[in-house]
Amino acid sequence: MADSTPRRRTAGAPDLHAEDIHAEDVTITDLHKSYGDVEVLKGIDLTVAPGEVVCLIGPSGSGKSTLLRCINVLEKANAGTIEVAGYTATDPDTDLDVMRRHVGMVFQHFNLFPQLTALENCSIAQRRVLGRETGEANRISQDRLDMVGLGELADRYPDQLSGGQQQRVAIARALAMEPALMLFDEPTSALDPETVGDVLRVMRELAQAGMTMIVVTHEMAFASEVADKVVFMDGGVVVEQGPPSEVIRNPQHQRTQTFLSRVLHPGGL
Amino acid sequence: MALNMRQRARLSRGIQYAIFAIIVIVLIVVVDWKTFVDAFLNPKVIAEQFPGVLTIALKNTIIYTALGFVLALAMGIVLALMKISSVGPYRWIATGYIEFFRGVPALIVFIAFGLGIPTAFGFSLNTYLTVMLSLGIVESAYIAETLRAGLQAVPRGQYEAARSLGMTHTRAMISIIIPQAFRIILPPLTNEIIMMTKDSSLIFLVGLSAKQYELALFGQNGITEPSAGLTPLVVSGACYLVITLPLGWLARRFEARTAKMRK
Ligand SMILES: Nc1ncnc2c1ncn2[C@@H]1O[C@H](COP(=O)(O)OP(=O)(O)OP(=O)(O)O)[C@@H](O)[C@H]1O
Ligand SMILES: [Mg+2]
Repeated sequence: MADSTPRRRTAGAPDLHAEDIHAEDVTITDLHKSYGDVEVLKGIDLTVAPGEVVCLIGPSGSGKSTLLRCINVLEKANAGTIEVAGYTATDPDTDLDVMRRHVGMVFQHFNLFPQLTALENCSIAQRRVLGRETGEANRISQDRLDMVGLGELADRYPDQLSGGQQQRVAIARALAMEPALMLFDEPTSALDPETVGDVLRVMRELAQAGMTMIVVTHEMAFASEVADKVVFMDGGVVVEQGPPSEVIRNPQHQRTQTFLSRVLHPGGL
Repeated sequence: MALNMRQRARLSRGIQYAIFAIIVIVLIVVVDWKTFVDAFLNPKVIAEQFPGVLTIALKNTIIYTALGFVLALAMGIVLALMKISSVGPYRWIATGYIEFFRGVPALIVFIAFGLGIPTAFGFSLNTYLTVMLSLGIVESAYIAETLRAGLQAVPRGQYEAARSLGMTHTRAMISIIIPQAFRIILPPLTNEIIMMTKDSSLIFLVGLSAKQYELALFGQNGITEPSAGLTPLVVSGACYLVITLPLGWLARRFEARTAKMRK
């Protein structure tokens, strides 16, 4: 199932209820971002259709995280427009707190709330942001934890969970808000190799259930298999984008080729 | 000599024990124990200290400390918020205040409120107000720094995760950041209460009525009695320990718990 038909939203992801996902799109136009005098994003254009999975790849410092963080405005763009799930993220009049309810974010270092159990991690924003009753919030949280395979560990605190388990709780926490879009910033980079697979499996199921996903990753096998579109960034620009069969297996640009050969054959020449 | 490491360590420890034993023996022989007990631990004088040392002195020390702490905490919160504000002048004022009051002796502030203001303006503040202001103003500088450090010790990712879930700035602070900062702050805050307990004795400057004596002054008053020796001071010192030792133990407990939480 590695290539040919990247469209999903098929049945066959029984755990992640496809009917609950209302995927939305993202349109980024001529996005610029500087830190002081250093321009980190130099005019990015990117469209992501509802239910599409986009993998962002590129060397360290190329601006992948910055791009992702501009989408939910953890960083403020300097110029350009970002349309997210019907909101204009770059419009100063947009209520970003409302917009962010629809945009789930998963961080490299999980950022679970250490003073709360896995269940409470998933419930707190439902209660404090969406105003759900505790009972309902906990029911939804338990459901999301079941989805990511951690229903049994709902009462554990983050420091009682492995890295892979913590990251799956972080995914469940984002899903509990019923987002229209999910952003992942190197979700498996901080994990022990043996727990990476569990996280990728959840992400694959989520993709199959039809979630719009933008994933910064160095997992080329995952990108090849799951992505509808792979975007290669270098030096703050999009160098090349297209289906994985083109960008990963048959890259056109020298920079993409060099990067891929380094990632796919670390240590080799 | 051909001693290996372990033998050398054992020899060294043996010598240290021997020195200690000699010192103890010399003390037992040389010291006049009857004079010593009369001077420091005279049972009759100890008995005379009660119940006043508890019902007046210890009680007042606790009241003065509590008054100072309430003001110090309230001002400390405001100062900490000013210190992390994005508005420059707030930051400068808070920094100036904190550096000033951490840099001058608490005694100076007590003199200012207890003696300086009455002399300069011709009215004197009530004792409770004086101790509350002096102690509160000095300690708020320390508490502000503790609070600021605690808030900033919570990793930035916690705030970002909270905001990513749609929480407002205020909600993220209340639900996520402050509860974590609180655990970090608790041990140093407990230590500051210990400091305040001791510093509350500086109120003696103002000249207190007998009903207002706190522990140090109560002890001082006790030793004016010609035959009392130093025993009254020992008793009031012991009363400080009744407060400070459990607090110190608590602070270490909090610290251990926080350390465990953060692995
Ligand atoms: N807060 C910041 N202040 C100043 N410079 C920054 C800041 N954040 C990122 N940068 C710079 O912006 C550039 C892009 O950073 P970014 O984190 O987006 O790269 P990345 O592609 O995610 O890299 P990596 O694969 O290492 O995560 C880097 O040169 C980085 O040093
Ligand atoms: Mg990054």
